[in-house]
Amino acid sequence: MGDVAVRVEGVHKRFRLYAERNQSLKAAMMRGGRAKYDEFWALRDVDLEIPAGSTFALIGENGSGKSTLLKCMARILRPDRGRITVAGKVSALLELGAGFHPELSGRENVYLNASILGLSRKQVDKRFDEIVDFAGLDQFIDSPVKNYSSGMYVRLGFSVAINVDPDVLLVDEVLAVGDETFQRRCNEKFAELKEQGKTIVVVSHALGIVRTMCDSAAWLEHGVIREIGTPAQLIDDYIEMTHPEREEVLDEETGEDAGVRWGSGEAQVERIELLDADGMPTRQVRMGDRVTWRFHYRAHQSLPKAVFGFGLHRLDGVHVSGINSRESFSLAEINGPGHVDFTSDRLPLLPGTYDVTAAIHSWDNLETWDHRNKALRFDVEPGLPREAEGVVVLHGEWTPHPGP
Amino acid sequence: MTTVAELSASRELLANLVSRELRGKYKRSTLGWAWSLINPLALAAMFTLVFSVVFAAEAPRGNPSGLKFFPLHLLCALLPWTFLSSGMTGSIASLTTNANLVKKVYFPREVLVGSAVLALVVTLVIEMSVLAVALLIAGNNVLPWLPMVVVLLALQTAFVVGLGLALSVLNVYFRDIQHFLTIFLQLWFYASPVIYPIRLVEEAIATTTALDGVPAMAIYKFNPMVGFIQSYRALLYDLRFPDWADLGWVTAASLGTLVLGWKVFQRFEPRLAEEL
Repeated sequence: MGDVAVRVEGVHKRFRLYAERNQSLKAAMMRGGRAKYDEFWALRDVDLEIPAGSTFALIGENGSGKSTLLKCMARILRPDRGRITVAGKVSALLELGAGFHPELSGRENVYLNASILGLSRKQVDKRFDEIVDFAGLDQFIDSPVKNYSSGMYVRLGFSVAINVDPDVLLVDEVLAVGDETFQRRCNEKFAELKEQGKTIVVVSHALGIVRTMCDSAAWLEHGVIREIGTPAQLIDDYIEMTHPEREEVLDEETGEDAGVRWGSGEAQVERIELLDADGMPTRQVRMGDRVTWRFHYRAHQSLPKAVFGFGLHRLDGVHVSGINSRESFSLAEINGPGHVDFTSDRLPLLPGTYDVTAAIHSWDNLETWDHRNKALRFDVEPGLPREAEGVVVLHGEWTPHPGP
Repeated sequence: MTTVAELSASRELLANLVSRELRGKYKRSTLGWAWSLINPLALAAMFTLVFSVVFAAEAPRGNPSGLKFFPLHLLCALLPWTFLSSGMTGSIASLTTNANLVKKVYFPREVLVGSAVLALVVTLVIEMSVLAVALLIAGNNVLPWLPMVVVLLALQTAFVVGLGLALSVLNVYFRDIQHFLTIFLQLWFYASPVIYPIRLVEEAIATTTALDGVPAMAIYKFNPMVGFIQSYRALLYDLRFPDWADLGWVTAASLGTLVLGWKVFQRFEPRLAEEL
C-alpha cells in the first residue's frame, strides 16, 4: 500500500483532425506531403497518481479526454509528451470480444482472446472452466461465436478480460452490458477484485456507480484535469458546474408541453414548478431531498370541488406514480388563479430523468378540465441513500436485533 | 517501443493468430485444406498448357539431375512466387482488417503482420512437401537438399515479413498502396524467372546490341526473387548447391529488408490506433 499503480506525468496527447481525409498518394503528391490537418490537444499536461489498490474514476463530459487518457494508460495510444508508468499487468475493458473470430468456436476464441490479452495457454487451461462458467455459456462453448446472441458475445468477452487477472484493470463504460443478473455478477466481480487489492480505473458517466464504487476520482475538462478528490465532493461540484447549462437547453428543447394536452378547458393548469427545499425553482433535485411540485391553475368560471392529479413517468416510460388530491382535501370552489403544492419530504426517486403529468378534473372524474401529459421534465441526481436500486426507495428504518 | 523481449513474449499470441488465420480460412469450404493445393496446381496446369503446349516452350534439362519436365520446373519457382505475392497482399491488409483489435487492445502490432505471413509459410511448407514427393516420383532424389530448402524458406520468410512490415504500416497512411501493389506484383512476376528459364534472359541480353556496356544482367539480378528462384531450382530441379553469389545476395537482401521494414514499422507504429 502507498505504492502508485499508475503514474501520469505531464501527459499531452494531440490528435490530427483531417479536413479532407483522402488517404491517397495522388492527394499526398498534390499537396507535397501528407494530408493537411488541424491539431487538437485531447490532453494537456495531465498529472495523476493512482494509488495501488484503489478504485479510481475519470469523469467529465463527452470529449473531455477521459477515454483518451484511459487508452494512453492501456498503451493503445501513445502520448506526444510526458510519461505514463503502470506498475504490473494491465488489462483494458474497452471493447468486449475484440478479436473474436466469428467462424471459430467459443472455446477457440477464449484461447485466442486470452492470448491477445497476454495469457499463456497453460494459464487459460487453469481458468477455462471459470471463464465459461462466469459467462454462463457451458452448452454453447463449442459452437461458433457467430451464432451467439450479442449478449452472449459480450458476456464471453467480459469473462475472458476479467479473468486475465490483471494488477490494473481499465474499464470504459462497459459495466452496462448483459442482463441484470450478469450485471450483478460483474459488480460482484469488481468488488472481489477490489478486495484483492487490484487497482481499477473506470471511465463512467454513471455518477451513481462512481459515487458508490470509487475511492477517488479525477474530473477532466477539455483535456485538462480540473479537480482530483473524493467522488462525493467531485460529483457535487461536477453536477453544479455542468447542469445550469443543461437546464436551459432542456427548457428550450422540450419546453413545457412535450406531451399531449386535452380537456374541456373550464380550468387550466397554467404552469408547473419544481421547488427545492428552500422553495427555489429548480430542474434537478437530489434523491432524499425535500421537494415540492407547484401547480399554478386558473379557473375560467366558478367550479366546485376540483380534484388535482399528479402523475410521474420515468424517461423510459415506466409509470412510477399516479395520485390525486381527492382524499387529501376538497375545495368548495375554485375561481380565477391559484396554486396547489404537492410535497415529498424525502424524494423516493432513484437517479434519472422524470416527467410530470398534471390534471384538474371534477370530483366524480367525469369531466376532465385540463390534462397535461408529461408537462415538466426534471432530473434526479444521486443522493441519500447512496446504494439503492429498483424503481423507488422506500424510506424505512433498519433496526438490528442481535442475539438469539 | 516494441522490444525484442516483448516480441518473444508474444510467441504464443503469434501461434494463436496463425491458427486463427488458418482455421478461419477454410472453415466453411467442403474441400478445406485441399484448396491450398488446388490453387497452385490449377495455376501450374494453366501455365503448362499455355507455355508448354501452345507456345511449345521447353523446360531446360536439370543439371546434373537430367530431369526435363515443364510443370515441375515451373512449380519450383511458382510456389515460392505465390508465397511472396500472397504474403505481401495478406500482410499489407493485416493492420487495416484488424483495425478493431489495434484500437482496443494493446499487444505488439508486429504480430499481426507476422501471423499473416506465417500462416502462408505453413501453407507453403505443405505445398513444397507435395512438390518434393512429386519430384521423388519423377526420379529426383531431393532429400539431401531439403535442409537447404528450409534455410531458403527461412530467408524468404524474413524477406516477405520485412516487406510486409513496411508496406502494412504505410498502407494505413496511404491506402493506395494496396491497389498499387496489384500492378506492381504483376510487373515483378514477369521480371522474375518463374514462367521462363533465366537462360532466355541471358540470351536476350547478349543479342541486344543496345545493351552493350550496360550491366544488364546485374540489374536483372538485383531483384532478390531471381536469386531465390534460381536457388530453389538448383536445389530441387537440378539437385546441386545454389550459386554462392545468388545465395549471398539473397541473404543480404532478406536480412536488410527485415531490419529496414521493422524500422519503418516502428517509426509509424505509435500513431496506428488513431490513424486506422
